[in-house]
Amino acid sequence: MPSVKVGLSRDDLVMRAGVVLLAGLLLVMVGLPLWSLLAKGFQDQDGRFVGLTNYVSYFSTPALFNSALNSLHVAAVSTVIVVPLAFLYAYALTRTVLPLRWLFQGISLIPIFAPSLLPGLALIYLFGTQGFFKALLGGGSIYGFDGIVIAQVFYCFPHATLILVTALATADARLYEAADALGASKLRVFFTVTLPGAKYGLISAALVVFTLVMTDFGIAKVIGGNFNVLATDVYKQVIGQQNFSMGAVVGMVLLAPAALAFVVDRLVQRKQVALLTARAVPLVPTPKPGRDFLATLFCTVVAIGILAILGMAIWGSLIKYWPYNLSLTLDNYDFAKVDANGWDSYWNSVEMAVGAAFFGTALTFTGAWLTEKTRGFYAMRSVVQLLAFLPMAVPGLVLGLGYIFFFNAPGNPLGFLYATMGILMVNTVAHFYTVGHLTATTALKQIDPEFESVSASLKVPIWRTFGRVTAPICLPSILDIAIYLFVNAMTTVSSVIFLYAPDTKLASVAAVNIEEAGTTAAAAALCVVIVLTSAAVKIVHLLADRFLLDRLQAWRRR
Amino acid sequence: MIDSTLLRRAMLAGVTALAAVGIAAAPALAQKTRLTVYTALENDQLDPFKKAFEADNPGIEIAWVRDSTGVVTAKLIAEKDNPRADAIWGLAASSTALFASMNMLEPYTPKGAEALKPMFRSGKTPDPWVGMDAYLSLVCFNTAEGKKGNKPVPASWADLTKPDYKDSIVMPNPASSGTGYLTIAAWLQIMGEEAGWKFMDALHQNIAQYIHSGSAPCVQAAKGERLIGIGLDMRGASEKTKGAPIDLIVPKEGLGWELEATAIVKGTKNLEAAKKLADWAVTKKANELYAKTYAVVALPDVKAAPVNYPVNAEPAMIKNDMEWMAKNRERILAEWTKRYDGKSAPKK
Repeated sequence: MPSVKVGLSRDDLVMRAGVVLLAGLLLVMVGLPLWSLLAKGFQDQDGRFVGLTNYVSYFSTPALFNSALNSLHVAAVSTVIVVPLAFLYAYALTRTVLPLRWLFQGISLIPIFAPSLLPGLALIYLFGTQGFFKALLGGGSIYGFDGIVIAQVFYCFPHATLILVTALATADARLYEAADALGASKLRVFFTVTLPGAKYGLISAALVVFTLVMTDFGIAKVIGGNFNVLATDVYKQVIGQQNFSMGAVVGMVLLAPAALAFVVDRLVQRKQVALLTARAVPLVPTPKPGRDFLATLFCTVVAIGILAILGMAIWGSLIKYWPYNLSLTLDNYDFAKVDANGWDSYWNSVEMAVGAAFFGTALTFTGAWLTEKTRGFYAMRSVVQLLAFLPMAVPGLVLGLGYIFFFNAPGNPLGFLYATMGILMVNTVAHFYTVGHLTATTALKQIDPEFESVSASLKVPIWRTFGRVTAPICLPSILDIAIYLFVNAMTTVSSVIFLYAPDTKLASVAAVNIEEAGTTAAAAALCVVIVLTSAAVKIVHLLADRFLLDRLQAWRRR
Repeated sequence: MIDSTLLRRAMLAGVTALAAVGIAAAPALAQKTRLTVYTALENDQLDPFKKAFEADNPGIEIAWVRDSTGVVTAKLIAEKDNPRADAIWGLAASSTALFASMNMLEPYTPKGAEALKPMFRSGKTPDPWVGMDAYLSLVCFNTAEGKKGNKPVPASWADLTKPDYKDSIVMPNPASSGTGYLTIAAWLQIMGEEAGWKFMDALHQNIAQYIHSGSAPCVQAAKGERLIGIGLDMRGASEKTKGAPIDLIVPKEGLGWELEATAIVKGTKNLEAAKKLADWAVTKKANELYAKTYAVVALPDVKAAPVNYPVNAEPAMIKNDMEWMAKNRERILAEWTKRYDGKSAPKK
């Protein structure tokens, strides 16, 4: 094979072409739509350029600092609660011998299966003015800071757990054997081996939770009371007052955490080393009764908390009229009564979710692999990294409106996508790109680059290594990403609410509409159907995982 | 040349298939015009409205895009440069008036519009939009909770400032809900600005929450989540029909209100069909449909008396200066936000 240039092999060229293509795709899916809305922050309402006038007027309102402080406060408190909880839970799942491990893993994901409406409704049934456990609040109210934090902890828990399970799942048993042989105490081993190994996952989880809380609007709207946050400010400007310029300004302010996340991620990445070297011996937890008992107890308590919220919603979907007529009925599941589209929107959601999971997983994993394994080419890889981080920090309604401005612009060659199922899929993949990207990156980081070096020296093309070695090793994470995309596509509201057409209305949007119409029980029923669908898909995934783990991951066992 | 024969055959088959599809599809396309209609009507109204219109206009099929007023309004403005909607049927008149000022509507006075009550007309010729019905912002009072807490039933806006109702009233946030704005604009118009703000200062002490929705307050009152909700009328009535222990109260000082309107979107490819919709939307048949859920409709001779609706509502509607409302919106919202929004206004 004739060499092209010193240091740039055929593999390098192919990878670089891939990175450029990926950057182009992400630019169309994320960058340009966002810019087409955020640019309005520099214009007046008639579209004339006004420089920073909108920013000046926004920053001179005291309301901003209140909302910004509130957002930071609620995000910080939720992160401090969720990350340790999720870490312990993930630790129990991966590093202890847990009875019914698969069940605990499944339960931990339930919150992602549910539209954010569900915890809101359940919390009102539980702790609202007429709630069963209102007395527990001691005269306080669920509406406000406490309610937001409880609902956010519920909602963010699976996101953090998913990342941390990935981070803790792969470990080199030799490190633990060595520590053991050197007589290190368990605590020391935890702080010098376990924690550093999971550091990247921990920081990712914290960043994800923090930005999720910062940008989430649904929970703040249902249970936030008068507690103003930046995300509700965007809603007020855009939906309440049709002031896109000011909405764009707040949207831009909300991007600050993403920029921070990006910088932190870069700093951490530099120090991360591969845990799973080519010579690694996978860690398999051995039974230790005391530790295993505590782990089981902890997981049971968390699981009961999650199931209580779900159970409350299921019960709420079966009653006639809360709180004055609690007799049971199945009528609420006849959606045609409350929504002209009836069950159609449900099937639209399923179609959209399958499509988003399929294309999104392929794109996310290949993309993460390209950015991780391409040598050199730092500038372009940084562009991709930045674009991959952005969606997490963008409130859905900013992205949704951006999609209208960009894809519906006269003359856009991609205009044919507008008002189709396709744009809903593209939008959903873009909206949830970050966590998939982080999960894939975390998994890829744990694989020794030696695999690629060996392949290269054996003249095996890099994409064959990708298909034969990298992807199979990461298969559990790939399936996790697919499930993550599927369930989020089933529940997402804030962005797609602007993009559906007469034939493509989604169940999650229908649930919000039904709730707004006062038919709370039917809204709860639709939420329950969405949860059950995602749960069914997850059960299939667990079965597949077992089977695949048996076949493809046999090397993990000794 | 086997290859080229095969290729030609394949192409022929492809063309035939395409032609067949084309022939099959052509009459179907010619048969029905698909009219994309954006709306904020209630979900349960969509089907009856669509069926009734299509029965009289067999050549036209309605495809709804329905969401809350704020979302539909934002979506229409965002799509302004390349409109996707053909017509609007059932959206707040303040929104359609805004669209008209942005030159987004195709002015058209529907046949029969002259029979409508004057306040349901835009005042321009031809009309950029035409009113259908009016909804009101009134008081929903939960009688079961009222009895439990031994609370008096309010009869006026002024009553709502009594200490009896401390932290037990919800109303829509005017910065995020059109209903919220029309409510406070009505107070300012009835009482005058100075007294209006003073009233709101006092009311603020009793407000448990300013909600981001105009329909939620009466629903929350209906479900006993709050004692009193200030908000949309028909939601209160429909909750009462479902068995909620609430009373709909028309405060004696008068009520703020808003129209729902029909309009044609400028640039529609289905102008003729859209005009048919606009024509149909002012007919007696259409008004009778509106009258099933709204107490005040555009045609004077259609008697509207929805179930569980207060009978004294229409005379209580204030003389609403829509132009004043639109012109002063930014100023009033800024003042309101400064005074009451969130922690910027800690309660005494």
